[in-house]
Amino acid sequence: MATTASFIIVSRNDIPIYEAEVGSATKREDAAQLHQFVLHAALDIVQDLAWTTSAMFLKNIDRFNDLVVSVYVTADKSVRCITLKAFSIRYFLDIFKHTRLMLLHDSRNDDGIKSFFQEVHELYIKVLLNPLYLPGARIASSHFDTKVRALARKYL
Amino acid sequence: MIGASKIKQYSNVLEKPLSKGKQEVSLSAFAFLFSELVQYNQTQVDNIAELERRLEDAGYAVGARCLELLCHREKCVMFMPFWLSQGNRRETRLLGILSFVHSTVWKVLFGKVADSLEKGTEHEDEYMISEKELLVNRFISIPKDMGTFNCGAFVAGIVRGVLDSAGFPAVVTAHFVPMEGQQRPRTTILIKFAEEVLRREARLG
Repeated sequence: MATTASFIIVSRNDIPIYEAEVGSATKREDAAQLHQFVLHAALDIVQDLAWTTSAMFLKNIDRFNDLVVSVYVTADKSVRCITLKAFSIRYFLDIFKHTRLMLLHDSRNDDGIKSFFQEVHELYIKVLLNPLYLPGARIASSHFDTKVRALARKYL
Repeated sequence: MIGASKIKQYSNVLEKPLSKGKQEVSLSAFAFLFSELVQYNQTQVDNIAELERRLEDAGYAVGARCLELLCHREKCVMFMPFWLSQGNRRETRLLGILSFVHSTVWKVLFGKVADSLEKGTEHEDEYMISEKELLVNRFISIPKDMGTFNCGAFVAGIVRGVLDSAGFPAVVTAHFVPMEGQQRPRTTILIKFAEEVLRREARLG
């Protein structure tokens, strides 16, 4: 099944520290920019939602056409999002942001996505435990990249 | 390597399992390492405030990592029912994160929960964690000419790292509080939360 999926880890300064296109569909040229745009647009929504619940996995928080954004917020407030588009203007009620994992996808595979997020979260913790790694810096490790893509193939 | 090794060799740290880790670490090794840390910083700075700040920064890095790791380990406890371990829990409320620091973090770092957690009476945004004797201070004596310097600044840094990473920015300091009838003063970690934390708490109700 061909799926489009774009995965980003966003640090607390809203700077992406890791991004990858993990879908299996063929990529259009403008797909990457579109996905990034959608993911960033969804950040506001995540911001509001993150403080209302103590869960880590926030399901489908945003939609765009047929794409959906799912988000996983880590304890140190890192956000991971799966992208879906949404346009909205929100006022910042809190300046403080977590690190987020975001995924943009077009399938409905909630359980698979949740497991994917949990596994990548573990990888992220291992990267974070490195005393020489500055929290909020880009993750440039090729091992990390390989493992994330393998996980994406497995769960998405 | 000489000899048969039964330990599985991992080619990359990312493949190592995030296990419970060692429950015990040698106290003397830690005391030695900590004393070297303090001595090294002493040679680099001119005054006490700078030394405290450096120890705090060292603790901050520990605290940030501690939070993530402990949240993850808490979720992965073996004897928890399957459904409970599915949803990770993170702290969004002030009292939640304070009791997390007071019990879980202290237990993992020092082997026991902190002695007490109190709310300050004068200001709304102040909380205090007290300890009869901080582990890091056990083998340290402060010379008279260093005044109010407290090596507990390292622990204050750890607490600040945990709170800051969890979304509760605060100013955390360590103080000696003399107690009647005891030779060594009690140590108190004073936590003063930033304005926005209280606003958010009020808004969340």
